[in-house]
Amino acid sequence: MTDFGYTLWIPLLPLISFILLGLFNRFFKEPGAGYIGMLSLGISWLLSIYTAWQYFFVWGPAEGKYEPVIPFKMHWITFGENLSIDMGILIDPISVMMIVVVTTVSFLVHIYSRGYMHGDEGFARFYAYLSLFSFSMLSLVLSVNLFQIYIFWELVGVSSFLLIGYYFVKPSAIAAAKKAFIVTRFADFFFLVGILMIGYYAGTLDIETLNNLSFIEKIITENQGIVFMGLSVLTWALILIFIGGAGKSAMFPLHIWLPDAMEGPTPVSALIHAATMVVAGVFLVARLFPLYYHVGDGFALRVVGVVGAFSALFAAVIALTQEDIKRVLAYSTMSQIGYMMMALGVSGFEGHEGLGYMAGMFHLFTHAMFKALLFLAAGVIIHAVHSNLMKDMGGLHKYLPVTSWTFLIAALAISGIPPLAGFYSKDEILHAAFEYSTVMWFVGFFVAGLTAFYMFRLYFRIFHNKKTEYAHPPKEDSKFMTAPLIILAVLTFFVGWVFTPFSQYVTPTREVFHYEIHWTSPLVWGSILIGLAGIGAAYFFYFKPTEYPQKVASAFGAGYKWAKNKFYMDELYMFVTKRIIFDKISRPAAWFDRNIVDGFMDSIGNTTVWISEKIKLIQSGRMQEYAIYFVYGVVILILIFYYYNY
Amino acid sequence: MSWEQLFSFMQNEILIVLAILILMMADIFTGKEKKHYIIHLANFLFVVVFLAGLNVLDKEGTLFGGSFKTYPLVAFFKSTLMAGVLLIMLQSVTWIKKELIPHGFVSEFYILMWSSLLGLFYMISSGDFLMFYLGLELSAMPVAGLAAFEFYRRRSSEAAIKMVMLAAVSSAIMLFGISLIYATSGSIYFDQIQMASEVPLLELVGFVMLLSGIAFKISLVPFHFWTADVYEGAPTVISNYLSVISKAAAVYILMILLFITLRRYEETWTVALYILAVLTMFVGNLFALRQQNMKRFLAFSSVAQAGFILLGVIGGNVLGIKTVIYFLLIYIFSNVAAFGVVHMIAMHSGKENIKDYEGLYRTNPRLSLLLMLALFSLAGIPPVAGFFGKFFLYSTAASKGFYILVFIAVVNVTISLYYYLLPVRAAFLRRSENPIPHFKSDIYSKIGFIILALGLILIGIYSPLYEYIARLSEIL
Repeated sequence: MTDFGYTLWIPLLPLISFILLGLFNRFFKEPGAGYIGMLSLGISWLLSIYTAWQYFFVWGPAEGKYEPVIPFKMHWITFGENLSIDMGILIDPISVMMIVVVTTVSFLVHIYSRGYMHGDEGFARFYAYLSLFSFSMLSLVLSVNLFQIYIFWELVGVSSFLLIGYYFVKPSAIAAAKKAFIVTRFADFFFLVGILMIGYYAGTLDIETLNNLSFIEKIITENQGIVFMGLSVLTWALILIFIGGAGKSAMFPLHIWLPDAMEGPTPVSALIHAATMVVAGVFLVARLFPLYYHVGDGFALRVVGVVGAFSALFAAVIALTQEDIKRVLAYSTMSQIGYMMMALGVSGFEGHEGLGYMAGMFHLFTHAMFKALLFLAAGVIIHAVHSNLMKDMGGLHKYLPVTSWTFLIAALAISGIPPLAGFYSKDEILHAAFEYSTVMWFVGFFVAGLTAFYMFRLYFRIFHNKKTEYAHPPKEDSKFMTAPLIILAVLTFFVGWVFTPFSQYVTPTREVFHYEIHWTSPLVWGSILIGLAGIGAAYFFYFKPTEYPQKVASAFGAGYKWAKNKFYMDELYMFVTKRIIFDKISRPAAWFDRNIVDGFMDSIGNTTVWISEKIKLIQSGRMQEYAIYFVYGVVILILIFYYYNY
Repeated sequence: MSWEQLFSFMQNEILIVLAILILMMADIFTGKEKKHYIIHLANFLFVVVFLAGLNVLDKEGTLFGGSFKTYPLVAFFKSTLMAGVLLIMLQSVTWIKKELIPHGFVSEFYILMWSSLLGLFYMISSGDFLMFYLGLELSAMPVAGLAAFEFYRRRSSEAAIKMVMLAAVSSAIMLFGISLIYATSGSIYFDQIQMASEVPLLELVGFVMLLSGIAFKISLVPFHFWTADVYEGAPTVISNYLSVISKAAAVYILMILLFITLRRYEETWTVALYILAVLTMFVGNLFALRQQNMKRFLAFSSVAQAGFILLGVIGGNVLGIKTVIYFLLIYIFSNVAAFGVVHMIAMHSGKENIKDYEGLYRTNPRLSLLLMLALFSLAGIPPVAGFFGKFFLYSTAASKGFYILVFIAVVNVTISLYYYLLPVRAAFLRRSENPIPHFKSDIYSKIGFIILALGLILIGIYSPLYEYIARLSEIL
């Protein structure tokens, strides 16, 4: 048995960096703070790689199956008679994959920010927040217990609130930070209720116990009778937990915070909104996959699949129309996460059946690499052009060659062109979806085409298309910024191949499973061709300035307008919160309080000091009102008591 | 009942009376220009009383034929209340120097506050209605005096008058209720009433009236109307005391009455509490949503918090009592901290609107951090202590199967998140042309703030504390 005790340092090092930078930020000036962050994340990254190597190859599978390891666990809270909560570290294929993803992207973002945040007054503060975020995310994925997941889940939310709202001076950034925080918090409460239900009906929150097949069988039979609206309580609990995950992963209809969160610094978007936090929901479903699959004949899992497929399509359509490059990427992220959710939703459990799960997790991994690359490249472009809008760009290929080439690689990867990372994982997902239902497959297939189209719309309009005259010639001025791009491009090239560890070890049963690409299958060629078709269409429309896009937009008319306005989702939410809660309930309530309860006294009191005797009279008059409410309360209570006893 | 028993069972109460007497004497013999020494003396005396109180945590017994009871849980709760009062006293030093000493008051503040605390102690230790009522009145009247301390401000006197009048109404109704109970059951002892088997309608009416009196003190809707006016008008330290100490004690005695005396009516009071909880959460939250004045804001927030507390009370018996006491402990820390920051800022700049807090982080970073911790704790955001308190409340209600109630609470917490973020956003994420200038707090407040900050971070994470409370609750 190999000792994995050192894995404790993987989350601890960023924590130490946070404490150093957060409490003593006065002592750290610009480069120093960055190097502390980079050093701590660098070591964490090396440790993660080492863990993966040790777990997969040295420790190895026992009888073709990877057993989980718990190198560290401590008792935390005793809660109720038989429910106690631990805190610890769980090493298994998913968590190993996740720490590799998180530390890789986080480390590269730490390096990149050294260039991007250069000269910013809050440099040390920024690194402190980044470290806090990395700590919470790593602790989340390593959790042994649902409750522990929840605690760090919230801490991830708090640190992303700080990171999105980082630019004090931009009111839009503050609003976005608040929106992200409140929307995800709202979803998190469902998550919490789900956890409570699991804790109550299953009697444990320990992940290993919950995923034990005989235990699942036991709790299913125990709770068979408890049904609410036709679904068993456990199914409800899982649906509630998924709502929590959908909030963080920006699934429809809880996605509204993600595009706005693009107000934050671009490295933050790359870290949080591409590779780590937004996939937390996918991770959560995957973490509890045996439960999702077995409880209630997988009803909750079907919900996951349908929501995922719909979000994938919905976001892809919106992405076609956006003008802000970060927003295109944001919707693209939402769409790709929908893809992963769909993959989980269509998955079976054992052997070949578990293909969807495997493909979803594999796609999570490859997507993290190429989407982080896209965001970081977008950061370089924004840094160089000082604008987020595509209309201010064009012809950038000759100014920003490294960015252009790496962006092209990422765009090809996300479009699913072999042999780049995205192809294999996307092909597996489509394959799994096809075996599940043709409708799901078609949605996935269609989204693949849309993805290729909007991605290359972006690429051509930024780097080719018209020749824009720039006041200052844009350039790639920082090695700290281009180096991560090149590293990620290399990773995007290689990590997606089917014989790499994360494509075959992360399965529902933790058994090794090899997937072969059937090059003769029409499915494979179909997915390549739709990708090429999307690219081709984008080339036709956008490689040179043409009038076609305008014509198509006007041909679609209302549909285009709806998509461009994101199907008016924000307006709908605003209507409910502002018009109904604020105006109809809260404002009159506050008005009543200020004017009747409070203002009444003030106005009389201030204008007529000389009749102080009268004030007392009126005052007592008002207290009569208070007193009468009191009596009403008593009477109503008596009626309730009476009703229930006689 | 031997002297020895008397001194060990009633040690807290006796020592508080002693401290009051010492302070009175000291005040008489202190010259006008040396009044501020009284502050040091008072704080010293109270620390002594508090520390001595820790020695009698394990005592258990009854006095005066069952009128007065002590047991580990109540002793622990008394120490918690004393800790809260101490933290409030630490915050009030600047205010006393600035507002009270020029008008010739010092010891009066401490004497009144301690008398009120004494009343609360009698109330929570009571074994019959007589002691309960005496304690309740003793706790209420001095607070009216305290609320009127800034008598030269109209609002302060207004608050005091409102407080007295409405407390009188509530007392009258409650006393009527108690007399009805006595008329039907023939007893005023909590545990004897419990044994009576029949439930006459008259007795029910009596209990409802009793309940409303306690609901008034906890400020549950619709018995909450006094809260906002009094909190806003009274000096901030007094609002702090009302919102925390007197509310917590009233919740405690409510649980004792419901779980011991009213056990038989569990079905009925569950429904009543359910309705009160929903009303209180919604009304508190919706009113808090658009408040501009921090004190008024905190007043409605404390109304809403009372609604959340009911989530635990509704859980009944041991599980309910331990989660509620744990929550109260956290709530004391969170609210004392929030009020403390508001108080300090009002003291040094005279500003108490949310808008005035813009850019506070740049000028007073530590105070802003404490404000953030306190508000996050009230909003229940992990890993600050308040989250754990709320979490246990939810799970208590959930374990009784009140999922809809938990859901309503969850919706309310989300609403509350919106307004708890407003001051945080103003302080941290906004810039202002003329922010509140930097100021230095006095040494007492600093100590208090450090304890509060540590408490807010550690109480939740340090789980033996929860287990300790759980153990005490099971003895009950």
